[in-house]
Amino acid sequence: MSLLAGLGAGGGGPAPKERARGAGHRWLLAPGLVYLTVFFIVPVGALLATSLYVPVPGGELGQYQPALHWQNYVDALSQFWPQLVRSFVFAAIATLACLAIGYPMAYVIAVRARGRSLLQGLLLVLVIAPFFTSFILRTIAWKQILADEGPVVAALRFVHLLPPDGRLTATAFAVVCGLTYNFLPFMVLPVYASLERLDPRMLEAGADLYASPVTTFRTVTWPLSLPGVVGGTLLVFIPAAGDYVNSSLLGNNTNTAMIGQVIDARFFKVLDYPTASALSVVLMAAILLLVAGYVRRAGTEDLL
Amino acid sequence: MPEVTTPALELMSVTKSFGSFLAVDDLDLTIPAGSFFALLGPSGCGKTTTLRMVAGLEQPTSGTVCIGGRDVTGDRAHRRPVNTVFQSYALFPHLTIADNVAFGLRRRRQHDVDAKVKEALDLVELGHLGERKPTQLSGGQAQRVALARAIVNRPELLLLDEPLGALDLKLRRQMQLELKRIQTEVGLTFVHVTHDQEEAMTMADTVAVMNKGKIEQMGPPEELYSRPHTAFVANFLGQSNLAPGQVVGREGDLLLVTVGGATVKVPVDRAVATTGSVLVGVRPEKIGLLIEGQEPSPNHNVVGPGIVTDVSFTGVSTQYQVEVEHLGTFGVFSQNLLGGATVTLGTKVRLAWSQEFTFGLDGDQDAAEGAADLDAEP
Repeated sequence: MSLLAGLGAGGGGPAPKERARGAGHRWLLAPGLVYLTVFFIVPVGALLATSLYVPVPGGELGQYQPALHWQNYVDALSQFWPQLVRSFVFAAIATLACLAIGYPMAYVIAVRARGRSLLQGLLLVLVIAPFFTSFILRTIAWKQILADEGPVVAALRFVHLLPPDGRLTATAFAVVCGLTYNFLPFMVLPVYASLERLDPRMLEAGADLYASPVTTFRTVTWPLSLPGVVGGTLLVFIPAAGDYVNSSLLGNNTNTAMIGQVIDARFFKVLDYPTASALSVVLMAAILLLVAGYVRRAGTEDLL
Repeated sequence: MPEVTTPALELMSVTKSFGSFLAVDDLDLTIPAGSFFALLGPSGCGKTTTLRMVAGLEQPTSGTVCIGGRDVTGDRAHRRPVNTVFQSYALFPHLTIADNVAFGLRRRRQHDVDAKVKEALDLVELGHLGERKPTQLSGGQAQRVALARAIVNRPELLLLDEPLGALDLKLRRQMQLELKRIQTEVGLTFVHVTHDQEEAMTMADTVAVMNKGKIEQMGPPEELYSRPHTAFVANFLGQSNLAPGQVVGREGDLLLVTVGGATVKVPVDRAVATTGSVLVGVRPEKIGLLIEGQEPSPNHNVVGPGIVTDVSFTGVSTQYQVEVEHLGTFGVFSQNLLGGATVTLGTKVRLAWSQEFTFGLDGDQDAAEGAADLDAEP
């Protein structure tokens, strides 16, 4: 009844109608809110608390008690800052590589193959196809591909891009390659989505207004695809910075270790929960700051 | 002052086919500099394809395109001294209005960009909106910005691709006058593509009627209207009554044609065919209705009698449909000079019109060609 009354009063002014509609919609948020509370807010709270724990005096390994021991952060950072910095450097390189590889892919699928929906669909399936098998399996496959006896190393040695005793596995190169490969679809899909919406008449208008194809790309296509580029870089950079599978499987544990790998080891091997938690919190905060700064600089609000 | 009259645009045997579909068929066209030229035709007649070939957005299958006396056939769009006002406007959504207008100037590294942009926006009366984004404009405003963005470059040829198609009727009428004013003011050559015959006649000083990839007839609007050369032009440009007849003789400057039992006279210089079977045509507003007892004025053609089957009062005029035996239905527009409709439904009338308004067309064509296309497009 109240809903009907609200609708009836709508003629007089929009306010009551808006309120009636807003209240109904709010319930749609409930499942998400419950889910996020249980599986996100509570764990993050637990993580923050654990990061300040101290060992139980005289207790066994892995026994901690609640405290407010801020020194945990100082200790964790002073010990593991190289891995933290390396994580962001690797993630940044992988993001740029994904952009360099993924943008042309997305461009071909969205612009060149436009109007041929069968071809477009096929190419998109190929982009997503790697997801049909496990992330871990694919990374192990990369280990085989880049192995010392494998064809890639043999070929690179043959053309002297690698010294005769050079190798790819257990190098930073292999880790970045793995990151790039694993996160490439997360770049291609958002860029594709924004290029797909690009009106081809914009390109004609550019050509009509004396812009060469290169200039049209620089002044029209690229700015109009920025929302996709920003989305794609975030989707690649954030998980890549926290990734531990690639550095574990393709790295060498010493000079290629990333922060995710350290956190993993602290949690499950050394049972050093406070340090692992502190590093997790630092990683989250750092990503949050970087992303906030990046989105603000990209200034794509009015395009999104 | 003697002027070198290099035409702004010359198309020589231009043909464009898409697969087996011939969009433009061996087209020859010359447009003098400074004119407002309209390319008029139904959708699919090849007019937009012609425009796109001039702009360089489409390559002709064969033939030559010359702009300002220079062969540009092989040149890509960005190298041609031509600008287009697109049907959808195609304003760049990420740039402000001022930056949109400045786009072409910046690409060609012109000086005084800001001053020229301001001048162009003032010309279309949008000088105050320079800092806005295209999404914040109404349809009519976006249309003006698209025009300013093209005009600011002072192209040798300004192409307008159905630029008023997306506007509502009232705004369209207003913009027609506006476009005409701007063209006179800047003195550029405008080539306007449209399917709206009224729009073409209102604005252009030369109209080319296009059908099936060919130009049917070209000339000033008044000439096209009063002396159409084909049934298509007669029907597409306004409305016409066309009746099949046989030429039976000649009387000085007049052809004698039998039409459904009556004999009408057609001025020889208004007839495309002068022997055999012909189509006799007359515009609806030239016809007067004769009720029983009324006699025609001298030098008038008379057909009928027929029965009035429809009367619609439109304010300025009354439109009658008169069914004449053996000849079919005639449309008659009668101006309401003295008041409302004077002839009622079912009345028996004869149709009379002055000989000088009669035109004759070749008889072996479909008398209805082009009529069904009228206003078929949204």
